[in-house]
Amino acid sequence: MHGLRLTAWAVLAFLMVPILVIIPLSFNAEPYFTFTEGMLSLDADAYSLEWYAEIFNNEKWLLAIKNSFFIGLCATIIATALGTFAAIGLSNPVMPFQRVIMAMLLSPMIVPLIITAAGMYFFYTQLGLSGTYLGVILAHAALGTPFVIITVNAALSGFDHSLMRASLGLGAPPIYTFFNVIMPLIRPGVISGALFAFVTSFDEVVVILFLAGPEQRTIPRQMFSGLREQINPTILAVAVLLVVISGLMLLTIEYIRARGERIRSGEI
Amino acid sequence: MTDAPPAGNSPTTNDQYVRFVNVKKSYDQRNLVVKDFNLDIKKGEFVTLLGPSGSGKTTCLMMLAGFEDVTSGSILINGEPVTNIAPYHRNIGMVFQHYALFPHMTIAENLAYPLKVRKISASEIKRRVNESLALVELGSFAKRYPGQLSGGQKQRVALARSLIFEPSIVLMDEPLGALDKNLREQMQFEIKRLHEDLGFTAIYVTHDQTEALTMSDRVAVFNDGIVEQCAAPEILYEKPANSFVANFIGENNRIPGTVTRIENGIAQVQLADGTIATTGNTNCPPEGSPCTLTIRPENLFIASTISSNDALDNRSLENSIEASFTTRLYVGDSIRYFFKLSSGSELMVKTLNDHRAPVLQRGAMTRLTWSTAGGLALDRSE
Repeated sequence: MHGLRLTAWAVLAFLMVPILVIIPLSFNAEPYFTFTEGMLSLDADAYSLEWYAEIFNNEKWLLAIKNSFFIGLCATIIATALGTFAAIGLSNPVMPFQRVIMAMLLSPMIVPLIITAAGMYFFYTQLGLSGTYLGVILAHAALGTPFVIITVNAALSGFDHSLMRASLGLGAPPIYTFFNVIMPLIRPGVISGALFAFVTSFDEVVVILFLAGPEQRTIPRQMFSGLREQINPTILAVAVLLVVISGLMLLTIEYIRARGERIRSGEI
Repeated sequence: MTDAPPAGNSPTTNDQYVRFVNVKKSYDQRNLVVKDFNLDIKKGEFVTLLGPSGSGKTTCLMMLAGFEDVTSGSILINGEPVTNIAPYHRNIGMVFQHYALFPHMTIAENLAYPLKVRKISASEIKRRVNESLALVELGSFAKRYPGQLSGGQKQRVALARSLIFEPSIVLMDEPLGALDKNLREQMQFEIKRLHEDLGFTAIYVTHDQTEALTMSDRVAVFNDGIVEQCAAPEILYEKPANSFVANFIGENNRIPGTVTRIENGIAQVQLADGTIATTGNTNCPPEGSPCTLTIRPENLFIASTISSNDALDNRSLENSIEASFTTRLYVGDSIRYFFKLSSGSELMVKTLNDHRAPVLQRGAMTRLTWSTAGGLALDRSE
């Protein structure tokens, strides 16, 4: 029993320490990636917020943050709309070739990203989309859509299809039915899918390396070049902000999921 | 199908409020699920589509509601073909087996839904929702969610919701299938009451024959995509069109035989062991054809139990046959006796549990008797 508990903690440490270790380092007063003696002896002077201030004084970082949110939000909207409609269509029992279509739609999750990115690079260049915001947004939307399909599909698995017929029979046209009956019931799935799609875009660097020009640099892309050009803890400060944002999203997803479960079991 | 309506557009009357004309349905373009369905329904009538599962009855209901396309033929409501009208423009109320209440809306919101869609004013919606809640005796449940209601309460809400927009036709697809037996009887009563009070035309689908007989003005018995018979409950029970209907509605004893003579409305049947029996000739196959002699268990009597001063003597029991007793089942109000004929057919006699109920030894030879009117000679397909 003791050994099992120890193993569990070891696994947790293995997963979390590389992430947690950057948090104190990002407050380093010195421009190094290592713990100074002052930090280890918990000397207040060894810590500072200067790298956080640096983010907001540096135009490159500000552009990257703006780009990340802009591209992420646009890609999320497209991915959520496409993924939701795809999942609803696929959940219809009379839909032929369901499994094949599902597998094809989910393939961007399985195919190595570098292959998808290379394919997109050649394809989008032909269309004149590489190095444009539209190109990056479409590419990220394509990567995010499978997540939305999966979460909406899961939300629909408990969906009683006679509700749609009931709504139509009561006189509601299909669009009214979609917004008043289907959407409220699958909303938790749609929202968590949208969050996944956003995080996918927010974290993505491979496709950006292939498709984005200097105009479209996102936070991960800026970190990537930061690692080569000017090694200083600003990257760590950005990384901490990303961890915080990701953590908040995880909590949101969990809250929505638990709430959705309560609605489904009828005890709001 | 006993009385098929003439095809084509004859002038409509209230007797042909809903019409199915030569309706066929196939899901895979190969097998017909519904094969040439014809039915005229009167305004205000309560018609039940009864049949085993997979016999096409629900498909007919879904085609009328507009949820399934018609492969060929036409469906008319009040003389108008509806085949090309979208379900949300048909104005037909529908009750589903699993209630289909919107789980994210309160009971009041569920009831208000069809009225909101029709853009009725808020005050009018409020008035009608309250009226409707009172109608199904759920006034105090307005603010609850469907998940907080019992099965019977949910079905009452579903019923109220299908009626609140005052449709002239209400379809019910096995609405009581998910309820337990006591609740089912109570709900049958409730549906009947609402039908009588409000006067809508009801089309009801069930596989429960008791439900069909107790509630309906007419019952259409489905089997494998065709209607075997469509008639009032007492006709179905007493004068079934064929042996499928005779077996599906109520219990029946069946003895194979051959029609030897039909004369003066009486058919003569020779059974396998040589016994000659007489029956009424309702739906009897022609002379010389094989037939099934069917006798309801309550029309068959054990001869030794009939004493000379018994009231039953007033009815002449013309027919009799020798049978050996196998076993009996004690039901409570009645007792079922099982017998075997020398030809191998098994018979059942249902007797009231009173002083006449005999005690028999296993294997004892007994005479069973029945009247000419108590049996029917129906088709036998082999």
